[in-house]
Amino acid sequence: MTEQQIRNHISKFEVAIAGCGGLGSNAAVALARIGIGKLLLVDFDIVEKSNLNRQYFFYDQIGQHKVQALADNIKRIDSKIELEIIVLKLDENAVIQLFADSDLIIEAFDNAAAKKMLLETVLQYFPSKTLIMGNGMAGYGGFEKIRQQQWDNQVYICGDFESEIADDNPPLAPRVGIVSNMQANLALELLLKMNK
Amino acid sequence: MQITLNNRSEQLDGEKLTVNELIRQKNFTFKLLVTKVNDKLVKVNERDQVWVKDGDRVEVLHLISGG
Repeated sequence: MTEQQIRNHISKFEVAIAGCGGLGSNAAVALARIGIGKLLLVDFDIVEKSNLNRQYFFYDQIGQHKVQALADNIKRIDSKIELEIIVLKLDENAVIQLFADSDLIIEAFDNAAAKKMLLETVLQYFPSKTLIMGNGMAGYGGFEKIRQQQWDNQVYICGDFESEIADDNPPLAPRVGIVSNMQANLALELLLKMNK
Repeated sequence: MQITLNNRSEQLDGEKLTVNELIRQKNFTFKLLVTKVNDKLVKVNERDQVWVKDGDRVEVLHLISGG
């Protein structure tokens, strides 16, 4: 496919980004750069200085809501991307209401309990919706351990499946960037197979 | 009995066991697990009631913080 054909196709689709931190902000920007139709950005958090080691924000955005800062950054890349931003800590009910119309969901939480909530909610309420998760990307090196796996007919997982964040194993730009762009790359591949 | 656990064939003693028994037997010690039996989600409060039998397909995913 030519780039124009790719852009024409994915401009018809909406991707929900569940969490706009390290994984979500970078995956959203990657999808924006290739002309995704719409991004639904959901996050409750505010940009902090400590986020700048991996998240797609800038020093002068510290203190802003992440979804607003990310939307502003995406508009500077491509003003034609449709953006919907929601400041909210997602729970089961919110997932059911907000993501019903999205064609694909990118799970981009930092917290394992939130990842579990989203996965179980999607399995239970959206049995045909595609979900791409990030699972295990703290630290550095270990590129050969990072992989993508189709978990069932609708759930895909990117990561090393083992590296948990800790004080001595922080999430950092290179490895978080790899996994978030794997998620965006897989989203592109799967959207190109969907018809609309 | 023979089951498929995370896409691998596993030979286990006995005719059936609960999801929780399987988790203990296979040493999944992590707290945040998502489990499915034959493509059906089994939530944490159902793991003592749902049985795994010969021929079943079981998925156990361990979720990890970071992102």
